[in-house]
Amino acid sequence: MSDAPTVTRPAPAEIAPPLALLAELTHRCPLRCPYCSNPLELDRASRELSTEEWKRVFSEAAALGVLQVHFSGGEPTARRDIVELVAHAAKVGLYTNLITSGVLLDKNNMAALTAAGLDHVQLSFQDTDAANADRIAGLDKAHWKKLAAAKLIRDAGLPLTLNAVMHRQNLDRLPEMIELAVALGAQRLEVAHVQYYGWALPNRRALFPTYEALERATEIVEAARARLKGVLTIDYVVPDYYARRPKACMGGWARQFINISPAGKALPCHAAETLPGFDWPSIKTTSLRDVWYGSEAFNRYRGTAWMPEPCRSCDRREIDWGGCRCQAFEFTGDASRTDPACALAPDRPILDAARADALGPATEFVYRQIGGAPAR
Amino acid sequence: MAEARRLIVEGATVLRIPPHVKFRYDETRRRWVVLAPERLLLPDDLSVEILQLVDGKHSLDDIVDALMAKFSAQREEILTDVRALLQDLADKGTLTA
Repeated sequence: MSDAPTVTRPAPAEIAPPLALLAELTHRCPLRCPYCSNPLELDRASRELSTEEWKRVFSEAAALGVLQVHFSGGEPTARRDIVELVAHAAKVGLYTNLITSGVLLDKNNMAALTAAGLDHVQLSFQDTDAANADRIAGLDKAHWKKLAAAKLIRDAGLPLTLNAVMHRQNLDRLPEMIELAVALGAQRLEVAHVQYYGWALPNRRALFPTYEALERATEIVEAARARLKGVLTIDYVVPDYYARRPKACMGGWARQFINISPAGKALPCHAAETLPGFDWPSIKTTSLRDVWYGSEAFNRYRGTAWMPEPCRSCDRREIDWGGCRCQAFEFTGDASRTDPACALAPDRPILDAARADALGPATEFVYRQIGGAPAR
Repeated sequence: MAEARRLIVEGATVLRIPPHVKFRYDETRRRWVVLAPERLLLPDDLSVEILQLVDGKHSLDDIVDALMAKFSAQREEILTDVRALLQDLADKGTLTA
């Protein structure tokens, strides 16, 4: 049982130390985006880790070799101790990145976060059209607050990345989104087509773009990359449903990342809690070192030994690491199958059917809320 | 708002590591690392030598001269390699003027 303390072992030579910690401080968020990557079952505030527990996690992470911490959520600034947590992470030598909606930032907490040693902010935008942006976020005046937040971040001298999740209901304004990133002084822009996990799954028909729209977006990004070289770096993520090869999800299971849920479960990715049959270690009872090197959950799909065919003999097995375990489970009921996002996967017809379904008649948004998605 | 422009790295260009980029020795991995927004670099030995000279004082020409004294290679050759590295890092905002 993984909750019981395990004997601390020396680091096995073949397992590299983790690079980054994703600290999901809370599932609370003023926004209600219908593509939220949080699980449908959200952790309630009363189950969240304490300040001291998080600080211990950051200290253990630094000692383990983690280099970067991403403060995420939910909305991480909804935690009253966010400044204290950033300060502690910076003190133990971690590179600190705040992933935020920006709607709770003001002059005071921005100054405090900067003084605490915050290194970088990633700010989300839902659209460039204010009314549509607020409708997607499910929050009045959200867009206006985000514009103000971007200015606060830049005025504080911090580097800014804009995160733009793109889909059927905002993709037409991709050129304006790129211009907004430049105008706000962002150094990076993430153009991320929705991936269909968490809340995005019940909203698939409201969000999924046509192939033609995706191709147009890809052309726009490529042209902007050339035009804005040295001014704006654009990261681009295409939806798995149109992929021929799967994405290297998290850079491979338990190869680079440790995700800590608000309640303290250690996971190889933020969606992994949807996988049944796992005894996820809790950082309340297990050290981060034992989570990384010793836990059955982190070792189960690590490396290539677990792989079925066609992955096992594929020359890309150490490039895409078999794709995404959560997607394999979602489509096949077995997390150890090849991700159907790969054109070589025996289960590829299931993904083709999902794509056809996603292109069906559009549905209304199911907004993110505590208590899960209502049954249709 | 002034239009942002690409920084072109030339012989007289003096670059520095901005405050939000951390270039440090990592005890766990026993190697130098560069930590930048959403980016992590594990520079090889030559890149480490170059980055240690990127200090807001040395120009590209200065850096090339310093490396000339250490490595037996043609100046043009070193210049081409160093400029390519610094231009790439400047393009990604990892180094600034």
